Amino acid sequence: MKLLTHNMLTSHVKGVTKGYPLLIKATEVKVNEVDFNPQFVSRMIPKLEWSALVQAAEELGHRQDLPGELVPEYENNEEFLKKVHRVLLEVEVIEGFLQCPESGREFPISRGIPNMLLSEDEG
Amino acid sequence: MATSSSRSCLQYLLHLAQDNLDFRLPEIKALLALRGKPFHPSGNFQEKSPFWCLDGLSEENVRGVMARSVCAKSAFELWGHGHTHSELRTSLLNYPSENMSPFMHKDSTYRINVYTFNKTLEFVDRIKRIDALEYLSFEGAVSLKSPQHIFCLLEDYGTDPNDIPEHPNYIYFGRWIADGQRELIRSHSVKNRHFIGNTSMDAGLSFIMANHAKVNENDVVFDPFVGTGSLLVACSHFRAYVCGTDIDYNTIHGRGRSSRTNQKWRGPDENIRANLRQYGTEEMYLDVMVSDASKPVWREAALFDAIITDPPYGIRESTRRTGSHKDVTRPPDGIYLESHVPVSQAYHLSDIFTDLLNFSAHHLVMGGRLVYWLPVYRPEYREETVPLHPCLRLVSNCEQTLSSHTSRRLITMEKIKKPEEIDSLAPLADPRFSPYQGHNAFREKYFSGLNKRCREGGQQTGRQWRVNQSAASRGKCVCVFFIE
Repeated sequence: MKLLTHNMLTSHVKGVTKGYPLLIKATEVKVNEVDFNPQFVSRMIPKLEWSALVQAAEELGHRQDLPGELVPEYENNEEFLKKVHRVLLEVEVIEGFLQCPESGREFPISRGIPNMLLSEDEG
Repeated sequence: MATSSSRSCLQYLLHLAQDNLDFRLPEIKALLALRGKPFHPSGNFQEKSPFWCLDGLSEENVRGVMARSVCAKSAFELWGHGHTHSELRTSLLNYPSENMSPFMHKDSTYRINVYTFNKTLEFVDRIKRIDALEYLSFEGAVSLKSPQHIFCLLEDYGTDPNDIPEHPNYIYFGRWIADGQRELIRSHSVKNRHFIGNTSMDAGLSFIMANHAKVNENDVVFDPFVGTGSLLVACSHFRAYVCGTDIDYNTIHGRGRSSRTNQKWRGPDENIRANLRQYGTEEMYLDVMVSDASKPVWREAALFDAIITDPPYGIRESTRRTGSHKDVTRPPDGIYLESHVPVSQAYHLSDIFTDLLNFSAHHLVMGGRLVYWLPVYRPEYREETVPLHPCLRLVSNCEQTLSSHTSRRLITMEKIKKPEEIDSLAPLADPRFSPYQGHNAFREKYFSGLNKRCREGGQQTGRQWRVNQSAASRGKCVCVFFIE
């Protein structure tokens, strides 16, 4: 699971009002190199929940020097875009789980794939 | 200046493949719209003809369309046309010579092809056709192997193979600009794909769907019923980033029985990501997840540029979502098995559409498109039965016939409005859903005629018959499962 996906996911446990962002508990994290595409990263930044991305990178120990606030005029800041590229597309959770911040319900991640299914009485 | 102004009002000729006829116009329109260009056919436009003349485009626009189209075979800069060779001659001699001369000067090399639609010409007749063009002042040298410019004489003998006229109905002459992407149908055939399933979408149709959806470079595309990811393969080829979900744990993880006849179980690396790797587009892979399309796992935002999907109709695969009518107790220790798949229940067809349209209204960007297949029982089909949504404009609706009484329709919708609270309830109250409301009733009808035909036998070829029969039996199993 890439952090771009994590940024778009929310908990859907019944009755939960604040299910975002999901906490990440990883036991295996991998960095897979992906071609840097500055246009795509620039395009995605306005769609991101920035603080959720920073928090997720922090949880995985891959925040490095990613700033806590979005920098202005990032479109022309290649150095910054490369940092965002890395956390969005290259850092992947292979094993672990996502956790609903309110109910504590865990969603397992195995072989890089999250399982978001809930039981009959939870969803 | 004279050259630039006359070049800007050139006409272009598209030669289209004569299959998937319904899908061609929406494809070309969508690809033009991607370039901000309207579809302007010139003169006597006939949708079912293999030849279309288009106005108001630049060569660059045409190249852009051809770099994407799987419906168009080739595009030409149209220099002349007519009902007869003498009309063609008049037309060509009237064509501004400044438009032709850059491609005919003495330092250039060229070749002339003769193409006939619905008729085969002898080699000598082809040579005669080329010789008859002597009134055009080609000054360059002929090069059959690697010409700088290729010209083409195209003769249209109509579309009826049982009634081929002696003389062509229409003739075109033009300079070849580009070929379309028909080759993708072969290179991406599911036959040679690493990971497939029983319902993997045909390569040609997958690319057509991506085109109808106006999928663009750097888009994010989502398939909520991803299966083995055929649609993601097509979208990633057009440089979109792709993600998908499916309720089937085994499919998403590439586990379980193989769909190939000579292989019992799936291999260790049979999954969607490996499919993208096979075609060199792994960098476009975002993620796939095990998830129920009827559950809100995505945060409330316009996240996707396109949603492209082939929903399960319980016709070739079961329709499921999580949930149960039984009382299920939580595991006492609160621990869930990683591969735990909750009891699934029937997912009514009308609910699939309601959910899909509502989901798209909420999660598509403005102007983003939803493209999906709608199963149709033909005797009862009316245009009004196609589900609508106040936030989505119906763009196109193309039929692919499956049997005398069944078909599926490729529906394309575009988001035109942000959803408000009241909009999510609208589709539920809409009477147009009635054919899909009793899902078992619809499926029974869908198969009833088929079974009758099977009993009658003889009308279909053996191959079709077997395929339909096995599809029917699979569908029937699903019904039995739900009735129980």
